[in-house]
Amino acid sequence: MATAHSRALARLMVSPSVILLLMWMIVPLGMTLYFSFLRYNLLMPGMETWAGFDNYYYFIQQPSFWIALTNTLVLVLGVLCITVIGGIALALLLNQPFRGQGIVRVMVIAPFFVMPTVSALVWKNFFMNPVNGMFAHLAKALGFAPLDFLSQAPLASIILIVSWSWLPFATLILLTALQSLDSEQMEAAEMDGAGWLSRFRYLTLPHLTRSITVVVLIQTIFLLSIFAEILVTTNGGPGVASTNLPFLVYSQSLLSFDVGGGSAGGIIAVILANIVAIFLMRMIGKNLDA
Amino acid sequence: MKLRTAFLAATAIALTGAAQAEELTIATVNNGDMIIMQKLAPEWEKATGYRINWVILEENVLRQRVTTDIATRGGQFDIMTVGSYEAPIWGKQGWLMPLDDLGEDYDYGDLIPSVAAGLSADGKLVAAPFYAESSFTMYRKDLFEAAGLTMPEQPTYGQIAEFVEKLTDKSREQYGICLRGKPGWGENMAFLGTLVNTYGGQWFDMDWQPQIDSQPWQEAISYYVELMTKYGPPGAVSNGFNENQALFQTGKCAIWIDATSAAGRVYDPKQSEVADKIAFAPAPQAVTPAGSAWFWAWSLAIPSSSTKADVAKSFIAWATSKDYVKLVGEKEGWVAVPPGTRLSTYELPEYQEAAPFAATVLASIEATDPARPTKDPVPYTGIQYVTIPEFQGIGTVVGQQISAALAGQTSVEAALKAAQDYAAREMSRAGYPK
Amino acid sequence: MARKTSPTRQAVVTVAAWSIGFLIFLPILWTVILSFKSETDAIRTPLQVLSAPWTTASYAEVQGRSNYGAHFMNSVIISLGSTVLALLVAIPAAWAMAFQPGRRTKDLLMWMLSTKMMPAVGVLIPIYLMFRDFGLLDTRIGLTVVMTLINLPIVVWMLYTYFREIPSEILEAARMDGASLTKEIVHVLTPMAVPGIASTLLLNVILAWNEAFWTLQLTTSKAAPLTAFIASYSSPEGLFYAKLSAASTMAIAPILILGWFSQKQLVRGLTFGAVK
Repeated sequence: MATAHSRALARLMVSPSVILLLMWMIVPLGMTLYFSFLRYNLLMPGMETWAGFDNYYYFIQQPSFWIALTNTLVLVLGVLCITVIGGIALALLLNQPFRGQGIVRVMVIAPFFVMPTVSALVWKNFFMNPVNGMFAHLAKALGFAPLDFLSQAPLASIILIVSWSWLPFATLILLTALQSLDSEQMEAAEMDGAGWLSRFRYLTLPHLTRSITVVVLIQTIFLLSIFAEILVTTNGGPGVASTNLPFLVYSQSLLSFDVGGGSAGGIIAVILANIVAIFLMRMIGKNLDA
Repeated sequence: MKLRTAFLAATAIALTGAAQAEELTIATVNNGDMIIMQKLAPEWEKATGYRINWVILEENVLRQRVTTDIATRGGQFDIMTVGSYEAPIWGKQGWLMPLDDLGEDYDYGDLIPSVAAGLSADGKLVAAPFYAESSFTMYRKDLFEAAGLTMPEQPTYGQIAEFVEKLTDKSREQYGICLRGKPGWGENMAFLGTLVNTYGGQWFDMDWQPQIDSQPWQEAISYYVELMTKYGPPGAVSNGFNENQALFQTGKCAIWIDATSAAGRVYDPKQSEVADKIAFAPAPQAVTPAGSAWFWAWSLAIPSSSTKADVAKSFIAWATSKDYVKLVGEKEGWVAVPPGTRLSTYELPEYQEAAPFAATVLASIEATDPARPTKDPVPYTGIQYVTIPEFQGIGTVVGQQISAALAGQTSVEAALKAAQDYAAREMSRAGYPK
Repeated sequence: MARKTSPTRQAVVTVAAWSIGFLIFLPILWTVILSFKSETDAIRTPLQVLSAPWTTASYAEVQGRSNYGAHFMNSVIISLGSTVLALLVAIPAAWAMAFQPGRRTKDLLMWMLSTKMMPAVGVLIPIYLMFRDFGLLDTRIGLTVVMTLINLPIVVWMLYTYFREIPSEILEAARMDGASLTKEIVHVLTPMAVPGIASTLLLNVILAWNEAFWTLQLTTSKAAPLTAFIASYSSPEGLFYAKLSAASTMAIAPILILGWFSQKQLVRGLTFGAVK
């Protein structure tokens, strides 16, 4: 068992990471916290005055805050649903033997390597553009009126784009998990006459639980702070229809240059993110330990 | 051959340590005239031995980057591209270096007076005009002829609506009208600002009370939303200046009301499929001529914190000079010359010949009066914007709300109500009336 | 794999897998195709695009307008540098957490991960001010440090889950043999940990390569990586599909190729301890 000496050593080894991350959190966050109590417009330097909780009040009280909050949740949950369900289906499919497995696998994981700005630009211009995009050309060829994705269904379009980027990640992890599934057990179940569905439900799914947990955890971390995809495609609009919390903070502090208000929004976002983190920790951390 | 020259040049740089050569970082917007400037800049680099790093960004992003940098005195840029909104405000803050010493042959007197005035603070030029624009109506004369229509000398928005209805044929991807829909105070609000003005509206009354839910705004915005929904191209909500220009150049729009600076490119047969089928008219009017056409000048400025002011000034003097205009004319074609800055440009016979729109553009720029933008008196200057720091935020949110109405996600009335509430709140937070 | 499958079933699976794989890959494939077309052809219908003549004009134009080589080098330096730095800090931490877990280890890990949820925009102004004061704006060092900090939690966590799977009996056996701590790490642990470290490295190079907020805000030209390069083609004037697709292809090609070649290494560590 660990001795006092080795425990001290362990602490020493962990501490650089902890100290660095603490500094990364505390210094800028401290400044943000300070700014959030100021009336601070970037365009009027030297005119900062103490604002108390005004910025918080204004940030929460504006109608776009609640919309942004809902959008953030819809975005995270939507992408999670699509990637987890799609990932399981795709992993099951790719786990079957077929010709050219290697090539298909290479094609499927490719989107994960594409930077968010590029994937958003590609989808926006080459596919979703209602005049020159591929979807518009297809719709016209089939005799339909082209749908203007980014203004008619902005949030759904963004969910689609983000899901495309993250589906490979989910598929890969789930596929690796599937490959470690005991095939003898499967065969035994098959011989016992267990149908496809019950085999999936009682053998495959329990086996995948941990992997699904991991996918959910990692993706949530990244999805909560989705920004580039929105900036490039819809700019949060039309109106605030596709504004999530990070984008609202952005528009407040960098489009309106209201640093005080933006900082208050940032602090609120950090608090909410930590609530989500604690929630995840409770729900999922347990699952991971098992 | 090319490769060898490049290789030799690279070796020469490595050997002589040309890394010491002074480098300028220039932030600019990705409009056509700036792309030409970037293309021609090696001439200046060769002549002076300096090097330029270009940072070319989309308008909204550029504005955010540049403003963040200058307000925090980050010093990342030696030359910034700023508009006629920023120049006077930033000049007054002391953020921009006065540009009254650009050399003896710069000929300040040749700058169009209203443009120079719009870029000055406390009587000193703080940004050198690169190109300036007003707004006007561009239309397809072939389509007008085919439909048996004639554009009046001074169209009204009522007439435009009638024309547009007859000119739309969605089955052939021919849209009666293209207007800006992309939210942003410099995007959709630029056009909508003029529309509201000519309907008799204003941003603020004399007590700085926002007027966004007033009758003229309702009328103007309803007109816009109805017109665009019925006769505009799909996806109008994401169309800014550049997107509309592409649509017009590819023959998808019959009428386009936008910046006069687009003329050089839609008339350029190298870039435009409809170059020989276009005509133009002044910006339409409704109730009043006041503020029916905007004024904007993209210009080059030096942050006062710059440590390379002399080099930066030398570049600005080059890029906004008479000689630069001639250089563009010779290299890129006279129609592509940066418009609206110098009177001498309009006296060049080559330009007059290549650019049938020249006289109209000059006249409309000279006619704009940012000091008297509306029918009723207002406490501010600026036609499609208001020269107070709070305007960026308000303009952005109002633009967003109207784009939501254009997308059909909310009614015009609700959008303007939300915009008015936001503006009222921001103005009271900022302590107006001052 | 041992299971027998009927030929029909195999045919169905093959067709399904290929079509889905093709659909997922289509956006990238289409981008590459468009990049070899002229601007006026690039906006036509898909069939017209395919039959249009091929050209490399867009690549020439993009190359003429921006310095791809410099952006590429910046991307390489920043993503590799930040990953290596993060590994240096994270390996000891993950090692200690995996083999000397305390009561608070789990909480500590979760706290680290939660720092990643902090919205970057919220702290931009403070970071910008600090960077200005330390003269770090538009420097590779500054950006490398930020990237290191951003990815550190993921690196620690990935390594931790990987290290934890190394059976501690092996370590104990080594200790019984009287191996010193350094020997334990160098001879026993490292060989077993290399695959995990390799895959962590790969994943983080990818994440750092693709990061598109800080890279855009904190650089202008000298340290600007490929994300900044692509930003200047996002909505240029006139027709721009071919130029945009050429620039996109140039921005994603290096990491795509790296990803494909190192697929196996990447996947091995991507399990985050989820597969036993």
